[in-house]
Amino acid sequence: MIRFVRAFHNSSLETELDHFPVEMRPRQDHSSRCCIYHDRAVIKYRLMNLLGFSCEEETDEARTLASYYKEAIAREKPADIADKLPLSVCEAGCSECPSSKVVITGNCRGCFSRPCMYSCPKGAISVVNQVSTIDYTKCIKCGKCTSVCPYHAIVKTTVPCEDACPTGAIHKDNDGHTRINMEKCISCGNCFAKCPFSAILERSQILDVLKALKNNEKVVAMIAPAAASQIAGTIEQLFTAVSKLGFTDVIEVALGAEDTTAHEAEEFRDKMNSGAKLMTTSCCPAYVELVRKFVPDFMQYVSSTPSPMIFAAEIARREHPGCKVVFIGPCVAKRVEAARKNIDFVLSFEELFAMLAGKNIDVISCEPWPIPRPAITTARNFAKSCGVTEAVISELGGFKDDFKLEAKAINGIDKKTVAMLKMYAAGKIPANFLEVMCCPGGCVNGPCSLKK
Amino acid sequence: MKKMQLEICCGTTCYMMGANRLLYIENEVPPELRGKFEVKALPCMGLCNDKNLSGAPYVKLNGIIIENATIEKICDKMRAMLDD
Repeated sequence: MIRFVRAFHNSSLETELDHFPVEMRPRQDHSSRCCIYHDRAVIKYRLMNLLGFSCEEETDEARTLASYYKEAIAREKPADIADKLPLSVCEAGCSECPSSKVVITGNCRGCFSRPCMYSCPKGAISVVNQVSTIDYTKCIKCGKCTSVCPYHAIVKTTVPCEDACPTGAIHKDNDGHTRINMEKCISCGNCFAKCPFSAILERSQILDVLKALKNNEKVVAMIAPAAASQIAGTIEQLFTAVSKLGFTDVIEVALGAEDTTAHEAEEFRDKMNSGAKLMTTSCCPAYVELVRKFVPDFMQYVSSTPSPMIFAAEIARREHPGCKVVFIGPCVAKRVEAARKNIDFVLSFEELFAMLAGKNIDVISCEPWPIPRPAITTARNFAKSCGVTEAVISELGGFKDDFKLEAKAINGIDKKTVAMLKMYAAGKIPANFLEVMCCPGGCVNGPCSLKK
Repeated sequence: MKKMQLEICCGTTCYMMGANRLLYIENEVPPELRGKFEVKALPCMGLCNDKNLSGAPYVKLNGIIIENATIEKICDKMRAMLDD
């Protein structure tokens, strides 16, 4: 990625692109996969995604990266993400993990206490020829037997992307290749973060941002509060570093979070005073998408307050009329939200750091940026789980209301979340303010964050 | 005995390529190496521009450059140094 940025600045990207895979895996080199040619193919697909094309868009396998580059550099707007997914599966990189299964290994000693047999809720295990055997027509892959075996003889094989997906959007087709179902995907990015082969790729907009900066367009960078956990220096030093890339201005998304807090607190008061029983936060785009696609009835409880990104963009556009705005954060789902809500570009932290490294900008050697008005701490804490709740509570502190705020939080979306939401809607869990963060721990643990 | 000096480059490239994890090396080393070295974080050492070196992250152990540094690689070098 750094190489990509450097070549762009030397205006040699078009000629160099097709050499990248070969230079990165020269003939005498060791391959990470079966052979260097396989490695090169994967690098090619990664570059394609960096140019903004998904692997699924490929119609001609022999098409050169230079030709993709020409198309990418000519486009006015970044590749459409609103109607297509920001994620794509690189078939060449996918190891085609066998579907999840509970397997009895050679460690089984056919013991007499047979905890596996007795712990199985479906009676799927029996002992044949002194070895435990699983009847796969009965097995539900609950994995109870794996934890009770004194010899650790039973293992559950996993498919990391499928296990990580909270909505069952990822599945294998008949050839064993992984596919993402667009109808079900909420772009949470869990599969992207969990695949140990990094076979799931993000369609990048880095080229579009680089192009805008090179053309001296007015571009304002909006940095998500989660950035504080990503860098070696201080947030002020990061701002200076980012401004050196050629951005017109750098602002904190946390300023937008202040507006979100104020609106959300007011909306909460209105809703509670008019007898509503529950309101949930709305700043996590993957969660809002989850509700939209899986529990549409629940939408009435989701706050209608715009997310901090939207408010931050308003601030940026007010201060620099006619500017383009770039959201820089740790989130995949924001790419979809941005495309729908008229935010020009989204970059991940990784892409930002590649841009910095490509220009030899060292964050910790930078002078601190004089932030004209730093955002308040509660707004900056939006990035961690329960941060929104705390901000709203402190905002509500100034009012005397009849109702009492009872907050609960869903910290990380998983396969059970939809059921949980239904419980909240039915009033089975006492709470009137629910914060939902798709990533465990909040945005600081986002799929595109470095510290993992 | 004098402690070994471990300098970890925290320039943007190195930090992104894994120096962020190396900073926590003190919690990860095996017991025999504990307390035998001092960690220092440095701004970019400029090594990432050297075409003869193989890649970030870079660290220096008593002034000797380790390329593509990982915790295991650093531990191996430390052991070798202790044996000498």
